[in-house]
Amino acid sequence: MEWRDEGIILGTRKHGETSAILEVMTRAHGRHLGLVRGGRSRKQQPVLQPGNRVDLLWRARLDEHLGTFQAEAIEMNAARLMDSAVAVYGLQTMAAHLRLLPERDAHGGLYEALSVMIVHLDDADAAGELVARFELLILDELGFGLDLSQCAATGTKQDLAYVSPKSGRAVSREAGAPWRDKMLALPAFLQRGSGLRGDPAAVEDAFRLTGFFFTRHVYEPRAIEQPDARAGFLAALRKHHATRKAIAGDNAA
Amino acid sequence: MSKRIAGPEIERLIQLLAKVPGLGPRSARRAALHLIKKKEQLLSPLAAAMGEAADKVRICSTCGNVDTSDPCMICTDPRRDAATLIVVEDVSDLWALERAAAMNVRYHVLGGTLSPLDGVGPDQLNIRSLIDRVAGGEVKEIILAVNATVEGQTTAHYLTDQLSGFDIKVTRLAHGVPVGGELDYLDEGTLAAALRARTAF
Repeated sequence: MEWRDEGIILGTRKHGETSAILEVMTRAHGRHLGLVRGGRSRKQQPVLQPGNRVDLLWRARLDEHLGTFQAEAIEMNAARLMDSAVAVYGLQTMAAHLRLLPERDAHGGLYEALSVMIVHLDDADAAGELVARFELLILDELGFGLDLSQCAATGTKQDLAYVSPKSGRAVSREAGAPWRDKMLALPAFLQRGSGLRGDPAAVEDAFRLTGFFFTRHVYEPRAIEQPDARAGFLAALRKHHATRKAIAGDNAA
Repeated sequence: MSKRIAGPEIERLIQLLAKVPGLGPRSARRAALHLIKKKEQLLSPLAAAMGEAADKVRICSTCGNVDTSDPCMICTDPRRDAATLIVVEDVSDLWALERAAAMNVRYHVLGGTLSPLDGVGPDQLNIRSLIDRVAGGEVKEIILAVNATVEGQTTAHYLTDQLSGFDIKVTRLAHGVPVGGELDYLDEGTLAAALRARTAF
């Protein structure tokens, strides 16, 4: 068995004294693991860092075997991402989400989204929005997608302000008003085609929304905890927003 | 089934040697044969040294270093600057920095890095004791000497967050061109990091 594909590295694990087990998200073969012989060498280690885009050649005698990878760098993103706390936590959060998917199951849309996000993850102003959108995509791929296109009660596509925690469908401001305390806020930037940027409060709302449905549909049924990296990502994001606000305050003064 | 080539004692020696990093079954056989040939000069002193080390080796309760006393020699050395701590992933990193002899300071060994893939979280690392040492008030600077890998740097960011409540300076090692390194042979990531961290000449 043999294939060649492009992938983004999600993680590596030491194997023996010189080899490594590489975990990658590939375009056509989904999340895939494989052994890299000599993967812990000085030459290979910089290439096998999470976030790097690599050209992969996978070989195995049988399809169900772990197989071996030969990886060649296409884009070395890790060194750029390492400097930013938002970026490293964001990267680990996305990797943790991708580990919820079964291995070797192709998710072309997720791969494309991941490729775009890797490029912008060190831009802390954009990272929150991007990771929130990625979480919505993951929920969708897991079969728990939210319907944010129209109001579940009235069918209107205007002024959607809430998401029903029961159905995961959008609700308009007017229809949701009597239950607004029980509803989850729907940030405007998450609505399809809004073209809006999310401010810090909207980004917080977005993570509250996705976090609620991740807990209900994924973490609780599987008896697992929310990944530590997600909490780290949110903390790093809040710290960045607070710093930004303080600088803006100083400039205004 | 492979034929036994020696008595059970020698077989056991070979099996144990084969578990040492850098040795496989073949090289373990060579090493065992060499030790047996030099019984008086090597095998007996080695056995005695190993037995003594096994009896006396301790993990330092202050810094996590390996030594024969607790606290270790580094932690009890009064000539070392107690206001600066170098945080390392492993004892091998501590030894490497000591070989460099660039600073006469104290250390803290984390015992690994945060690694979601291997299930290593903050509770599995020696982080609580680091916070306690800093809370003691003597430490003024923490140098994060973790590996320049994504996992190492995630750990560094996590530690920076944990230490943000203390009035101390947190620094990290520079990333860039190694001594003797030729630019042509360096990966793009290292070159980009070196350019970003350039200094006035």
